[in-house]
Amino acid sequence: MTKKRLTTSAMIASFAEEGQRTTAAPFGHALSGLAAQRDEIVGLTADLGKYTDMHIFAESFPARYYQMGMAEQLLFGAAAGMAEVGLVPFASTYSVFATRRAYDSLCLDIAEPGLNVNIVGGLPGLTTGYGPSHQATEDLAILRGVPGLTIVDPCDSVDIEQAVPALADSAGPTYLRLLRGKVPTVLDEYDYRFELGKAAELRSGGDVVLVSSGLMTMRALDAAQKLAEHRVDTAVVHCPTIKPLDTETILRVADSGRMLATLENHSVVGGLAESVASTLVTNNATRGVVPIGLPDEFLAAGALPTLHDRYGLSTDRIVKRVLEELG
Amino acid sequence: MRHHIIDMGEAQGQGYVGQALGVTDLLAAVYRDQLRYHPEDPHWPGRDRFLLSIGHYAIALYAALAEAGVLEVEELATYGADESRLPMSGMASYTPGMEISGGSLGHGLPVAVGMALGLRHRGNDALVYNFLSDGELNEGATWEAAMGAAHHGLGNLVAVVDINALQADGPTASVLSVDALVEKWQAFGWHAVRVDGNDIAELLHAFDRLRDCEERQPRVLLCDTTIGKGVPLLENRERAHFMRVDEHEWQIAREQLDGSAR
Repeated sequence: MTKKRLTTSAMIASFAEEGQRTTAAPFGHALSGLAAQRDEIVGLTADLGKYTDMHIFAESFPARYYQMGMAEQLLFGAAAGMAEVGLVPFASTYSVFATRRAYDSLCLDIAEPGLNVNIVGGLPGLTTGYGPSHQATEDLAILRGVPGLTIVDPCDSVDIEQAVPALADSAGPTYLRLLRGKVPTVLDEYDYRFELGKAAELRSGGDVVLVSSGLMTMRALDAAQKLAEHRVDTAVVHCPTIKPLDTETILRVADSGRMLATLENHSVVGGLAESVASTLVTNNATRGVVPIGLPDEFLAAGALPTLHDRYGLSTDRIVKRVLEELG
Repeated sequence: MRHHIIDMGEAQGQGYVGQALGVTDLLAAVYRDQLRYHPEDPHWPGRDRFLLSIGHYAIALYAALAEAGVLEVEELATYGADESRLPMSGMASYTPGMEISGGSLGHGLPVAVGMALGLRHRGNDALVYNFLSDGELNEGATWEAAMGAAHHGLGNLVAVVDINALQADGPTASVLSVDALVEKWQAFGWHAVRVDGNDIAELLHAFDRLRDCEERQPRVLLCDTTIGKGVPLLENRERAHFMRVDEHEWQIAREQLDGSAR
């Protein structure tokens, strides 16, 4: 049998491993569930309802769904206007457009007045093989500078289901890095609940501690298992809220001789790695961090498994990197 | 209102005094004749929203808000001073009656679209006015919002455009032409009326005529105004966008204003 040829992973690409348990459209279902309880929830999108799982909400609540067309500045301005009159909007588009194209609108219309607008960004980091036009490898770097913006990078369907009501409950603006389509379901096997602003130690270990966010947490858990075969005892700390960062937990887990590595589906510039590093330095806990993430480059197009491996996000590459760093 | 503007301008020694004098008639028509609001309760939910997209015109809106009774006239003396509620560019968090923080141009109309959608969604029949400038018509976001407003049938939205034909780098015609404005807005699905923005009677008639369109059609009033209106010294000034006024000229301006009022 010939090996299946991998094709370019475009916008509907899944990063789920073969055979992995998944849940369909967790964001869309979570938003619908929330809207059933709260009348003021509305959904908006910029011609990407079907691609951000917003269509699930649109089908359930057509009168509360607003299509803004391929117009991201209008999307964010209108969401702000709706929030000004007491609604709680969730506005979806791709992360690249939310950040690169409509940053001024996000910043001045939504964040400066501190409105409860929840921005939902699809295809964060490297989750499409479509090339730099659609790969938001620097969305965290752009958005971390926005005062008062809460930033959440969920790991799986469990995280998303629990994060959506928490984001609506939080008074100010939020940005959710959306995992869409068939999203892996992982964290239900751990004693875990999403809590805004909190990191969670999913696994303890005496040699290495991996602080991870987003989909990299499931890779961190897999890597920890494989590292055990190399007699490396690895802790995994899931840090779904990038801002505000759970500095207390970071400082606690960094307070030992264990190797400390960060794992993120984002450029090593301006994301989780630098957040953790700056937390350490500004709290006089000076020590090294191994930043595992995407390189400071515009990435290639191609198949996601190939790209994740090439750019160091695959489990095998993580294991290899940790072993190298341990020497 | 024009006196307030001159007084505030003198206190800071600078500002968008020319534009403010140009839109005074317009704001007077809006606040005296059109807007539904409670001066003592600027957050009354039933109020019509007046969004100052052009944040740098704040000096004009402060004068209007003072005349409307939302602000005390005495407070205008703090314009642009440290700790003042009246910053040089309009900020919603600072000033009662200021609905949005404008200033980054092209933001007002998108926010107005959301407010109009949201108010309709909530069964509130208040109107949303967005006050923007011809320079803002350079910004693509304005046209995104223009499309969105027509698409969503926002009959509760009124755009008011100050056309003073001048922007930061010079005459609008030389920076980026915005010709055929009535036709442009009409092509975007709006009911458009163009008037002399310094003729109160024509303005009032035009606002009334805006109601003659389809119920679910957004409407726009395009107002040609004269920078420095009412003060010949300033009307005829070159480099009028961000006006430098010498110290001795404020009193001349005041006298000219009194002269033109007689």
